[in-house]
Amino acid sequence: MAESMTNHQQAFGDLLWRRIVIVLPYLWLILFFLVPFAIVFKISFSDPIVAQPPFTPLFDQSQSFLNWFQGSLNNYLFLLEDNLYWVSYLRSIKVAFISTICCLLLGYPMAYYIAQSAPTKRNVLLMLIILPFWTSFLLRVYAWMGILSTNGIINSVFLWIGVIDEPIQMLYTNFAVYLGIVYTYLPFMILPLYANLERLDLNLHDAAADLGGKPLQVFWDITLPVSLPGVIAGSLLVFIPAMGEFVIPALLGGLDSLMIGRTLYDEFFVNRDWPLASAVASILLLILVLPMVLFQRNQAKSAEETS
Amino acid sequence: MDANHKMNNPREPQVSDSNSNVQSFIQIQALSKEFNGFKAIDQINLDINKGELFAILGGSGCGKSTLLRMLAGLETPSSGEILLDGEDITDWPAYERPINMMFQSYALFPHMTVEKNVAYGLQKEKIPQSEIDQRVKNILDLVQLGTFSKRKPDRLSGGEKQRVALARALIKNPKLLLLDEPLAALDKKLREQTQFELIKLQEELGVTFIVVTHDQEEAMTLASRIAVMKAGKFVQIGSPTEIYEYPKNRFVADFFGAINIFDALVIDQDDTQITATFDQSALTLKAYTDKTINIGDKVGIAVRPEKISISKDLPEDSNLTTSKGIVWDLAYYGNHSIYRVKTESGQIVQVSTQNQKRSSDHLVEWNDEVYLSWEQNSSIVLLD
Repeated sequence: MAESMTNHQQAFGDLLWRRIVIVLPYLWLILFFLVPFAIVFKISFSDPIVAQPPFTPLFDQSQSFLNWFQGSLNNYLFLLEDNLYWVSYLRSIKVAFISTICCLLLGYPMAYYIAQSAPTKRNVLLMLIILPFWTSFLLRVYAWMGILSTNGIINSVFLWIGVIDEPIQMLYTNFAVYLGIVYTYLPFMILPLYANLERLDLNLHDAAADLGGKPLQVFWDITLPVSLPGVIAGSLLVFIPAMGEFVIPALLGGLDSLMIGRTLYDEFFVNRDWPLASAVASILLLILVLPMVLFQRNQAKSAEETS
Repeated sequence: MDANHKMNNPREPQVSDSNSNVQSFIQIQALSKEFNGFKAIDQINLDINKGELFAILGGSGCGKSTLLRMLAGLETPSSGEILLDGEDITDWPAYERPINMMFQSYALFPHMTVEKNVAYGLQKEKIPQSEIDQRVKNILDLVQLGTFSKRKPDRLSGGEKQRVALARALIKNPKLLLLDEPLAALDKKLREQTQFELIKLQEELGVTFIVVTHDQEEAMTLASRIAVMKAGKFVQIGSPTEIYEYPKNRFVADFFGAINIFDALVIDQDDTQITATFDQSALTLKAYTDKTINIGDKVGIAVRPEKISISKDLPEDSNLTTSKGIVWDLAYYGNHSIYRVKTESGQIVQVSTQNQKRSSDHLVEWNDEVYLSWEQNSSIVLLD
């Protein structure tokens, strides 16, 4: 009897622990992601004032229940009216999209090569991919400034060889922005792709070749579709941060390299229009979350179809 | 091959006389494959006839899979030639060879349905879709998977996957089908059923099959001829009965089922008959062999357990080889029993008897003194 009691207590204890283990990360996410976002979202409905904090309160206790919510859609309407925001959003999407494609084109062969290497060589190559993370991100961007500037390494060498007569303007151009983003986010493409390609069953290649697939067809018919989850994971990991990227266009880009991250920064810190900045941030999140939700629903649907 | 030894095997195709000039369907000539100095395949020669079900048998690492992959074109030979139907295909890439392979792990494309997996080979040939659909339907019906066409491989059982792999490899009507351990991933009961289906299918289609396996039972039941492989070389090639009853050496004898091997010394030799002493010179036997043997040679005398009779009284027939011992161990398997008898020299001899009579008690019991006897032509003389 006593033994069964302790068993019962232990089972209850296990269940409790399991719940705590699950609840903790959710609590963390609610506390540090959902609540701050709710606050940002709330601010986006208020109006700016010169005060501390610089926006009108949303909930006014003195009002009746119907008028309790004081918010307005003014900020969102303003986003539609001013071209600046459209241009920043579209530019960000374009830059993030092109950078993702570049990372994929560069990263896929690299990930494939690493995955097919002998285990000892593989670890060295993976180490080299991760190594840049050991230095500060800002330092690495400054290093690129040194490389790309008019009296930087590339221009000096080209001038010395005599390929060019005057320095090429590389820094503060769109090219420098793309270069910086692709350089920074390439590991985020390679690592999930590698994780996927490492598990690739090479017998599938042999089987496809045996059935008449030429090497390029085998890649197109088998390798690429089988590694698609890795491609999607890598692309999302590059696209999402590249979309909101602020430091790289600010340091490497020119005046025409306006991206949404910069606009957001300016609204918050230069214009001190927190409500408008919050609206910009909310729309940005919507742009990022919507395709992901649609994609996941599509995945779940196709998984259901096969069952 | 010795004509005396040829057993009547109904599945054995009409093997052309070795003197005639009829070309074999598949000719492998002095084929070698080296990996960083290691000889995986060492100067192999092999002729296989059209419509044959040929098995290559060997332990892991003997080179059997490498040989199969070279036939498929997935591995490049270091030297030697492969001829198919008189044509040298040694340098043909895998995708151009009229040879298909069924992989050990089946290698089904996980992102394609059964239908698309099977259709893949035809699609690469640019065959009209209507014809592809018809042929896919036919082959899926043939392997009894008609209702599974829309499923993905991860929704299939092991046996179903095996049949999809078979259908996919057969749909292009290959001149040669290679099967890498076709039954290894199936459980025992399914394996027995599948192996008969495989033989039936092969007879129906008339496609030449080469099966690679490490399982001697599988090789014996499936194949009309078997090549036993060891360290990149063929040790013996022959029909299942030839290999079982007339193994060339200890390796082959040991590989195929249980066998007792006595160390013996040749004391007399007359044409094909030898007389030798064994069991520490206490006993003599006579045996037949076509090998050249001299007096004084040390040989191995091998006897299969089922060829030995066990009795409590000394058999009267003086032509039998007899030995004495005590029953060390016995095991009752229902349809047969296995006795382990310790001879006077201390060697354990395994004897297997059919339990033809229904009897609750064994005639021979533990620690009984018994006589073992077998016919002269049951003794196999082994040189190495």
